[in-house]
Amino acid sequence: MWRRSASFILDERRSSNSPPMADTTRGGPFQNPDAISAYYQTRAAHHGVITSDWLAQAQAAVGGVSGEEQTVSPAAESGADKTFNVIEEFNGWRKQPDLAEAVAAIRALAAVIRASEATTMMELEIELKKASDTLKSWDKTSISLTAGCDLFIRYVTRTSALEYEDFNSAKSRLLERAEKFGEISCKARKIIAMLSQDFIFDGCTILVHGLSRVVLEILKTAAQNNKLFRVLCTEGRPDGTGVLLANELSKLDIPVKLLLDSAVAYSMDEVDMVFVGADGVVESGGVINMMGTYQIALVAHSMNKPVYVAAESYKFARLYPLDQKDMAPALRPIEFGIKIAAKVEVERSARDYTPPQYLTLLFTDLGVLSPSVVSDELIQLYL
Amino acid sequence: MDPRRVPLAVPKVRRVGFFTSIEPTPEPQRPNRSQSGPVEAATSSSPLSDSPSGNFISPVQIPPSRHHSDNLTSRAAPVPVPGPAAFRRHLAHDRSLHVGSYNPADSLLGTSPPSSNGELSEDSGSLFGFQRSDSAKLSSSFPNGGFDLTMAVRAPQEFESKIATVPASEGRKKTAEVSGKSESAVTTKAQKEKEQKSLKEKTTKAERRAIQEAQRAAKAAAKGEGSRRVDDSGRAKPGKATKQPQVKKEGLPVTSSVSEKKTVVVEKEKRMDVPQTQMQYDDKSRVEKAKKRAVVEQTESKNKVELFLHLPQYERGNQLPNLSSNIFTLDTIHHAVYKVGLQHLAGDISGDNARCIAMLQAFQEAIKDYTTPPMKDLTMDLTAKINGYVSFLIECRPLSMSMGNAIRFLKNQIRKLPVELSVSEAKASLCSDIGRFIEEKIVTADKVIVKHAVTKIRDGEVVLTYGFSCVVEMILLYAHEIGRKFRVVIVDSRPNLEGQRLLRRLVSRGLDCTYTHINAISYIMRDATRVFLGASSIFSNGTLYSRVGTACVAMVANAFSVPVIVCCEAYKFHERVLLDSICSNELGDPDAIANIPSRANMKRSKTMENNKNLQFLNLMYDSTPSEYISMIVTDYGMIPPTSIPVIVREYRREHLLL
Repeated sequence: MWRRSASFILDERRSSNSPPMADTTRGGPFQNPDAISAYYQTRAAHHGVITSDWLAQAQAAVGGVSGEEQTVSPAAESGADKTFNVIEEFNGWRKQPDLAEAVAAIRALAAVIRASEATTMMELEIELKKASDTLKSWDKTSISLTAGCDLFIRYVTRTSALEYEDFNSAKSRLLERAEKFGEISCKARKIIAMLSQDFIFDGCTILVHGLSRVVLEILKTAAQNNKLFRVLCTEGRPDGTGVLLANELSKLDIPVKLLLDSAVAYSMDEVDMVFVGADGVVESGGVINMMGTYQIALVAHSMNKPVYVAAESYKFARLYPLDQKDMAPALRPIEFGIKIAAKVEVERSARDYTPPQYLTLLFTDLGVLSPSVVSDELIQLYL
Repeated sequence: MDPRRVPLAVPKVRRVGFFTSIEPTPEPQRPNRSQSGPVEAATSSSPLSDSPSGNFISPVQIPPSRHHSDNLTSRAAPVPVPGPAAFRRHLAHDRSLHVGSYNPADSLLGTSPPSSNGELSEDSGSLFGFQRSDSAKLSSSFPNGGFDLTMAVRAPQEFESKIATVPASEGRKKTAEVSGKSESAVTTKAQKEKEQKSLKEKTTKAERRAIQEAQRAAKAAAKGEGSRRVDDSGRAKPGKATKQPQVKKEGLPVTSSVSEKKTVVVEKEKRMDVPQTQMQYDDKSRVEKAKKRAVVEQTESKNKVELFLHLPQYERGNQLPNLSSNIFTLDTIHHAVYKVGLQHLAGDISGDNARCIAMLQAFQEAIKDYTTPPMKDLTMDLTAKINGYVSFLIECRPLSMSMGNAIRFLKNQIRKLPVELSVSEAKASLCSDIGRFIEEKIVTADKVIVKHAVTKIRDGEVVLTYGFSCVVEMILLYAHEIGRKFRVVIVDSRPNLEGQRLLRRLVSRGLDCTYTHINAISYIMRDATRVFLGASSIFSNGTLYSRVGTACVAMVANAFSVPVIVCCEAYKFHERVLLDSICSNELGDPDAIANIPSRANMKRSKTMENNKNLQFLNLMYDSTPSEYISMIVTDYGMIPPTSIPVIVREYRREHLLL
């Protein structure tokens, strides 16, 4: 784009420039081995196992805090062994489909505190920091993981507990806070679902993109409240998440229509509002979400339809992308069905960035926010 | 999820806008020769911001007579496009410079004493040595007699006052009286004392008026009509009539039941938070008053643009030689402050950070040399002194927002001095406070900004920048240092041509640069992938206040959907709201835009010179609405323009108290 004008052709030739895509540095024991974004792998795995069991678990997580969070994690049980590994712990939690990645990370970090053998506050803090760094570097593409870790550290360490004389009481205080944070994160979805009910009115048509657990929860709650509405689901290529969501909704007797991703503009005039989830909410108030969200937001904006984003507050990240390429790319495999010639390049990025001016409101567990408030909240959280 | 936060999902009630700070009343209240404050005679107390110059502290305040524009001419006329030799010399000089243009070493160069050689200065030719001959020559080459006549027609009062001041200052002026004009004078001491007396009288008058106003407001009857006073100057001036009462009314009606004394105190506190109104220069009577106590006497320019009458606009003067010869004879103003003031006047120091640092360092020096006179309180006396300095600086050139914030900080610091401190301890603590302010709010802030902003320059980027901003310069140099491959497009504009300074520095470091003028912006914007801009100030509504032309660049960038990144230290944020570029702005020297450098030796034709129908408008700043700004990089990280009020709200206290 920036080489369009003739005057710079010479520059182009002079600088045999390397591809601008800055690759993440490889190496490190806990690096995710594949180039494929772990975040999307997890999601794919979860989506594959949507069953009644999945629903039951989701229900349990949503309907108050079930017993599971009291249960000590398997790794922590055998926590006596010295090689306590955050990643293993994290992966253990991550297996549970209803748990968001960030919540899994929060649980894992709480387990770190529990298993810690540190004797001073400073030591514990350093240990925690190290664990969160490991987690973060394990999957650099996941925004909510990074944000969740950062928030956890902030929340846990920013307390008067650090002034306790007795280390053990300080540690238990930290643990308490860690538990509380995990609890809050778990309840977030329920809160969001409740907050959003005022926006769903009888007879409305809602366009949904991708499979977001928060959005599903919102729709489910609305159905339970006997609201009459219709949902249009996009297909959600390449992993077909929209199809999964449609199936899910049909089980709840919500009228659903499945669309091609490319049919969004075609059907936008019958839509009353757009609901999307988010992988991350950034400082500007924009969201990073599954590929296609930006497109839908643009179409909706041009047709004056409201775009609502449902996102838990642990997805708030101190990032500020200026444009689509200004993020670490999260790659994923794409199946086209037809054989593609070797020379054809495939855009494999899994997500895009939607600038705040195309969003109407954000439903978060902090309340219903306009995009500009996100930065306000972030400044308060982080500074 | 934060200790500060009440339980989640509980709606928070946040105070929005200008809420009063719950600040303990300033314990020892000091009498002040306040000019416009409605001070009760009994209490005779007034917070700092009420003092005469306190009135002007508010950054946007545009103050008594002064004029800065000669720097423009002096720079634009002799060196706008330096010849090859000059260019080389600059280059050689530049190489030895540090990255930041304002860093102490650099600004020290700028503060070289009047006698020193022009070589030292970045903008050579505007140093006193040159300036002296320069301005004298210029003034003599533009006979102004006719102008004064035209002005007498337009503004008889002003003219009279000028005549009145002539005899007093005549003795000193002989040397520079070539043009026979009455500008450039330092008022004699006797005169000054007299002025102060008259000032006091007026103060009480103002007070009485203020109280009257307040009572009227409390009645709330026929508000709009009632508060409008008949202005004695021929021109009806709605600006003053409405503005002044507004400030006062805010505090009073609520607490009118409380005792008189308390009312005043509460109101004082409120007033400190309420941005002060700026002096309106089309208000004759106030201008007269301001003129009387002015140290720097300036001549109003004649053909003013109608829309900008409320801003001070002066002829480029020949007063500088006089002023600079007075540097050690003047005892009311410390010589360091005096020097900085003259440098502002001459344009030797430009750029917000550099000006602010120079001012703070001068204050530091002044405080070091300060001794409390017998029978006086340090906080009281020092504040009065600082006020005097500030109003002098304002006369030289209107303060920028950042300087206003810095002065607010300093005054707060003085006010907070513990009573038990000895004079030397107090002085030491103030000096270190000032040093800390410079270090934390400017130097460190810039480092943080550079760190953040450099992440937005990737390989293959084309960065466009406008004019000269030292932070942007630091960012570009740092990005180059860490090996990013990018190109820079420098967009510049007449008459200051500040971009050339940036160009020289970048090219000398081996960056790939393109230099163009703003006329080509729509063409060159195609190539750009990022626009980096500096800022003079950013207001609560996200409006960017910066060098004139910035808005144009930002809008074109927006049209090409190129992200606009503004780099600005948080101490430059201001809680006011700005909607246009008219209300507060600064007028430069009109001659600077009238003169074409390549034809500098040609005499301007008579039609240009003395034409009533021809008005030159040389605006110094403009305002960019927030929707054209993609991101603001500050010391608190990268934030959207909508978050300025958040920073102001969360950190204002910290800014002031540090």
